[in-house]
Amino acid sequence: MTELTAPADLSADLPEGLFQASDLAGARWLDGGGDGEGDAREWSPATGFRGAGEIFASGRDGAGAALAVALARSAPRPLAERGLTEESDERAFLWVQDAGAIRAGGRPYVPGLPRDLAHRMVHVAVKTPEDALFALEEGVRCRDLAFVIGEIAGNPRALDFTASRRLVLAAERHRVPLWLVRVDARRDLGAARMRWEVQSAASEPSPWNAEAPGTPNWRAELFRARGLRPGAWWIRPEMATGGRDGGHTLHASRADHGEHPETPGAGDMVRATGD
Amino acid sequence: MASTPKRRVLAIWCARLAIDRWLRAKALQAEAGEANDRDEGDPTLALITETAHGPRIAATTLAAQAAGVRIGTMLADARAICPALRIEPADPAGDLAFLERLAVWSQRWGPWSALDPPDGVIVDITGAAHLFGGEERLLDDAARIFARRGLTVRLAIAPTAGAAWALAHYGSAARGMGGVILPEGDDIAERLAQLPVGALRLDDDVLLVLRRLGLKRLGDLDGIGRDAISRRFRNRRSAMANPLMRRDQLIGLVPEPMLPVIEHPPAMVQLRLMEPIRHLTLLETVLGDLAAAMMRELEGRGEGARRLELACWRVDGEIQTRTLELAAATRDAAHVCRLFAERIANIDAGLGIEMARLTARWAEPLGLEQTDLDASAAEHGTSLAGCVDRLTIRLGQQAVRRPVMHASHVPERAQRWQPPMETAPAVQHGFAFHARPLKLLDKAEPIAVLYATPDGLPQRFRWRGALHDVARAEGPERIAPEWWREKGAARLRDYYRIEDGEGRRYWIYRLGIIGDGRGGAPDWFLQGVFA
Repeated sequence: MTELTAPADLSADLPEGLFQASDLAGARWLDGGGDGEGDAREWSPATGFRGAGEIFASGRDGAGAALAVALARSAPRPLAERGLTEESDERAFLWVQDAGAIRAGGRPYVPGLPRDLAHRMVHVAVKTPEDALFALEEGVRCRDLAFVIGEIAGNPRALDFTASRRLVLAAERHRVPLWLVRVDARRDLGAARMRWEVQSAASEPSPWNAEAPGTPNWRAELFRARGLRPGAWWIRPEMATGGRDGGHTLHASRADHGEHPETPGAGDMVRATGD
Repeated sequence: MASTPKRRVLAIWCARLAIDRWLRAKALQAEAGEANDRDEGDPTLALITETAHGPRIAATTLAAQAAGVRIGTMLADARAICPALRIEPADPAGDLAFLERLAVWSQRWGPWSALDPPDGVIVDITGAAHLFGGEERLLDDAARIFARRGLTVRLAIAPTAGAAWALAHYGSAARGMGGVILPEGDDIAERLAQLPVGALRLDDDVLLVLRRLGLKRLGDLDGIGRDAISRRFRNRRSAMANPLMRRDQLIGLVPEPMLPVIEHPPAMVQLRLMEPIRHLTLLETVLGDLAAAMMRELEGRGEGARRLELACWRVDGEIQTRTLELAAATRDAAHVCRLFAERIANIDAGLGIEMARLTARWAEPLGLEQTDLDASAAEHGTSLAGCVDRLTIRLGQQAVRRPVMHASHVPERAQRWQPPMETAPAVQHGFAFHARPLKLLDKAEPIAVLYATPDGLPQRFRWRGALHDVARAEGPERIAPEWWREKGAARLRDYYRIEDGEGRRYWIYRLGIIGDGRGGAPDWFLQGVFA
């Protein structure tokens, strides 16, 4: 009895940048790749995600940009699929802001950025959302970039479903993670693989000063995701544990069943029926 | 194992660099027909520099020298001696730039060269002399070429840079020779014993001390015993100020480090691996990634690779290198990987390879192919330089910038913007316990506060029309104005890092304190938002 050729073998013949539709399942963009089922079950926001995502956030705090940076920097390099990890990443990253986003939340501030990112930023300040979309697309097409972060205020006409889809496809084709922060926007149609809504939450107690704000905490709701069950999460960066870059892992726990950050959510993830 | 060959160093001293450059520029002007006054032969000319005490002679022509004008005298004194003296301003920056180009150009005689400011070049010709038919022929060749360029040079070859320098400056060449050669195996100290102590490349004040001690020649240093000299100069750590150190360098007892000039830094990409790799398939993956990155880098420079060097650093301290030569400049990563494939097959990985670097030792200009531009960008992605170019052309230079740290403790000045592809200046990073916000507002916005005591922390404030209750706070961190930049009436700032009832974290400050005599009740501002 002859064995059937596995579908995976076909993909080897495809040119670079083209892949099979089955590979488009959300889990493909998670750390480790592999088969979707197993990964989705153990998935948490702390797992690296290398695709395009959207974060809806208020312009009155820094949670949106902070979560975007935190999620983007945990994205694995393409080489990680073959079991290779780099010691440090020195590629630049792009941060695009339109005028509305700058007015609402200001510009990124180098002394406040994580130390391993501070020297790598290329900042693009544009006036209109159209220009921002152009810059984002140029960014995700550049494979020398580690990731691309965009901030667009409101629901501009230029950012419709088609534009969003275009960005997502370009990002996934070139494997450059893209996180688009939607400042003060209502949930509209979008093609991003993950769509989050985030708010600041009370920070962890500071180890040295009980009165002071400690490690930031965010309450993020994943309201649409491909291949993953939506839900709410408490997310916070882990305290730096030393090392050159400081540890930049995320700590995430389910927020569906309780309001306390430490309550572990039931790990009963199921595949979404479709989206 | 063959011993390493003894070093051979060529010293080139452009004895009259400034004047030669000036005369050459004049000659070029005359050729172009721009010069109005024609000078025959050697004009009575001096180049001057402005000093605190007035103009001073920096260089003279031979004619001026014959007329009694000495380098280093004041212009007024020189005029008194030689009233017909013509003067022109000296150009030390231009001389140095010329010397840098000359140093790179001098690599025709050896693989690397170093600057010897203000007017010399050192070339390491170890193992290269046979290409010119021996060291005598090399010197002749160099002398002829320099003469053709109109440069007065004195040349010497010796086993050390110090000895070569000394012979170039103070040695006298035999008739018919381009310069002085100190053959291998000769006793350097004995051969150079008759040279003046100036040949040691010492500072002027040290030379003065030596002259007062009656030590005029190199041989004199041997006469009075090493202990005495080392005691006399025991506090002089730098080689320029210590005759014994210089003498040891000259003889070759102590190595003398020199910084080689590099004409064009080669394109380099590297990958440092968290876990050492030991298998060929993984190395091929690494190579593929490096090759793709290298080709994007070269694309940004508009070049193609002719010679590539792959270096693999092993955990156990060994380096394995493989070189690849290409017949034509290329930017095809797949092609490079294919050619490398058989060369890396026999790499001995030992305990594992932890770092791999690909260097384009030789690259040639290779224009972008217009037809393929968009297709290749769509397929392989653009390089960072290409991406920045595209963004800049559509959005303008002011839109695409890189923020860099700046040495200032005033928050809005601690960050500056520069073009994205320039290297960031090295600055000291801020203290880790100074928490700084993730984003800073372009202009700090005033907030209306309610506070318990005028100097205390606000309990509630209104920003952009909404109320915020302060739940937790840390501060104040007092940041004083920069008095050397701002007016005397500038007020200090007390910064607080606060978190409101909903967990939003802000950076607010109070401008001034009550009773500082610089205005009324202090105002509050919100300047940044934390993560």
